[in-house]
Amino acid sequence: MELAGITKRFPGVVANDRVDLRVADGEIHAVVGENGAGKSTLMKILYGMQSADEGRMLVGGSEVAFSSPAEAIDAGIGMVHQHFMLADNLTVLENVILGAEPTRRGIIDRRSARRNLDELGRSYGLDLHPDDLVETLEVGERQRVEIIKVLFRGAKVLILDEPTAVLVPQEVEELFRNLRELKSRGHTIIFIDHKLEEVLAIADTITVLRQGRTVATVEPGDVTAHELAELMVGSELPAPSTEPRTVDEHVTLSVRNLTVTGTDGRPAVDAVDLDVHRGEIIGVAGVEGNGQGELIEALLGLRPTSEGELLLDGESIADWPVRKRREAGIGYVPEDRHRRGLLLDAPLWENAMLGHQTQPPYAKGPWLDRSGAREATARIVADFDVRTPGIDTSARALSGGNQQKLVIGREMLAGPRMLVAAHPTRGIDVGAQAAVWEDLRAARRDGLAVLLVSADLEELIGLADRLVVMLRGRIVAELDPTTTTPRLLGGYMTGAVDEEASTS
Amino acid sequence: MTIRRIALALAAPVGAFAFSVALSSLVLLAVGTSPMEAWLEMLSYGSRLETLVETGNRATQLYLAGIAVAIGFRMNLFNIGVEGQYGLAAILAASAGAAVDLPPVLHVALIMVVAMAVGATFAGVAGYLKVSRGVHEVISTIMLNAVALGLVGFFLRTWLLDETDTTLNMKTPEIPPSGRFPNLNGVVETFTREISRGRELWGFLLVAIVVGVLFHLFLSRTRAGYDLRATGLNPFAAEAAGVDPRATVVKAMLLSGAVAGLIGLPEILGHAHSYDLAFTRGLGFAGIAVALVGRTHPLGVGIAALLFGWLDSAAPILDVVGDTPREIVSILQGVVVLSAVVAFEVVSRIRRAAEARDAAEATRSSATTSGSPS
Repeated sequence: MELAGITKRFPGVVANDRVDLRVADGEIHAVVGENGAGKSTLMKILYGMQSADEGRMLVGGSEVAFSSPAEAIDAGIGMVHQHFMLADNLTVLENVILGAEPTRRGIIDRRSARRNLDELGRSYGLDLHPDDLVETLEVGERQRVEIIKVLFRGAKVLILDEPTAVLVPQEVEELFRNLRELKSRGHTIIFIDHKLEEVLAIADTITVLRQGRTVATVEPGDVTAHELAELMVGSELPAPSTEPRTVDEHVTLSVRNLTVTGTDGRPAVDAVDLDVHRGEIIGVAGVEGNGQGELIEALLGLRPTSEGELLLDGESIADWPVRKRREAGIGYVPEDRHRRGLLLDAPLWENAMLGHQTQPPYAKGPWLDRSGAREATARIVADFDVRTPGIDTSARALSGGNQQKLVIGREMLAGPRMLVAAHPTRGIDVGAQAAVWEDLRAARRDGLAVLLVSADLEELIGLADRLVVMLRGRIVAELDPTTTTPRLLGGYMTGAVDEEASTS
Repeated sequence: MTIRRIALALAAPVGAFAFSVALSSLVLLAVGTSPMEAWLEMLSYGSRLETLVETGNRATQLYLAGIAVAIGFRMNLFNIGVEGQYGLAAILAASAGAAVDLPPVLHVALIMVVAMAVGATFAGVAGYLKVSRGVHEVISTIMLNAVALGLVGFFLRTWLLDETDTTLNMKTPEIPPSGRFPNLNGVVETFTREISRGRELWGFLLVAIVVGVLFHLFLSRTRAGYDLRATGLNPFAAEAAGVDPRATVVKAMLLSGAVAGLIGLPEILGHAHSYDLAFTRGLGFAGIAVALVGRTHPLGVGIAALLFGWLDSAAPILDVVGDTPREIVSILQGVVVLSAVVAFEVVSRIRRAAEARDAAEATRSSATTSGSPS
């Protein structure tokens, strides 16, 4: 497959400027670059969601021009989107066959569909229960459904958009094994990623995009992660690094024997005890779906607790509604910005007040304080480097990184006592990532108690003062980040280390 | 930027209306009548003062209906039950007004309060069912419309019937003069000529305008309005921001029902002075169309109400002159709704793309300026 001189212009902006991408048959080809570098536009062109203004696209030697994803699928190209395209109220099996239902005499042939699905799942090691409702699945499982969906449609070329963002190291290794397996069977894989170590580990060829242009095509053996990052950003790569401890004796948040019932009726959070001190970042590690989400929702009051006590500065908040907790100073950076954090079609200044709309500078009594809100938003935009044409722009128009900077900025501006941050750097570019890390460190310096849930183990180890590992709703380990490695952490997360310890 | 915005905002409704006229003309051509003749006939009849007065009256009711529906739409609640809510509110408020004797202003105020309370209560049933039992409001309000219709018929024949009335028309007892709303004929006539044939411009028009202003202030200036809009835009984010989704559903239904309660009053207080068989029905459903065409915006709903009001008022001439069926106006209105919804979507996509472009540009330009010195 070859893309040559692809140019895509939006009025005023050139998203892709004579981009060249040459993907050999049966290779794993990584496309890296910051958000806004033009990766997604390029992939959308490749997948037929947009058409290029200039340039040629060759698949298997013959020139093609896709006008819709359906044509790309027919040509054997499949895409796993970062934001999943699944019907929540259908089962895994139904989602996989949706739009490509195998039929016998006009009736959906569920048996052969199931057989196919089982076979695919087994041969690629993608563990799924065909009859689970998608709405009950965790993010990681949903991604597996997406991958199987693409394979089910007979794709020879798979485009994966940040496939590792939701996985822990062990799972990433497994995914990479799967990808190598796919490769050995002649599949071609194109994947977009931010994590350079991973790219170096798996890719056969790496194409780097910056500001809409191809800046380099390299082989992993020829570059270091550092050099790659420099190609990408055009400057030094920021990294999370620890600072002198600012941890105070004072316990800001105390969680005692907290039990939360999950949607399946079993305890999703099981008798958790946890103290977060002033000026401390507690890192919560764990494979997606081991109760971290439920823990956070229980802290915020979005999910009822079935047992246990929550104390904020010594005061019991377990019976408080969400609003009272937010007003008492619990800041929240949600895992899914689009779902929990933003009003995408509202202007930035209305997003800035979301969650703080009852308090100054956003409100005066029962009235909104529009000028106060606008001033505060302008301050957030300036202080947190939100790159936007103005505060009347709708949140949807911003890139993920800038949306996240706005969310963090609004939480910090409110002067919280405690910050609950879930995957704060998920899906944002390297530049914004550094800014978010710096914001979290600043929060810690200011004496906030920070609860940080993340799947990025480097991030956890780099930022946290203390790490806890959640497995099946329990805290199974408490670790000192200065003596922990991602490998060891991964071991606790999957229960492997614990088993080794008990058998020896 | 602002000129582009205004042009975009106008492009959708104007384009939709032009398309609708064109399509309706084709329909007229297809049935063998002259569209030009029909439209000109409507224009000349529709520009008469009496028709415009009629338009104002109709638009007053349509506007209240449109706002009632719009309140729900703003938080993704489909209050299909406006129809039933205003019917029940009208008969009960008319009866309450006839049963008491109060000083002029207070009397009207009482009737309005009763109407709003009845509308809110009846809509509140649907809200309560939604939050406590998970019944979708579309289902419950449709069913409640049937209930309301039944109740109105029952009341009109039994408890609330004016026994002293000797005509064949069934009606509730008359509201005394202190409970009537003065007309605006005097105001209009100072600018124009005398309004003939006993037509009146109902004074309730002023109340409708006040409702529109309050709706606007509530949505854009109050915390409660923000909560409601936030819930409509993204219920999950609103919940995380401390908005109680269940309470907001109930509040929105109560508000929507309260405004719905007012829909029948222009007619009852300004003209009929009782609820009778001639009471105008169907405004609740028309309100859905008006709210859609007006994009649930207080001003937009006003323009849509005037447009639909004018079409309704000018259409009868087609029965009298020429051979164009007046139903063409219903077709026109239907097409306006559909094409407006499509046009708004197209425009909002254009606007989104433009915004994304501007944002990308902002990112890029500040990236190059801030990236170079370090």
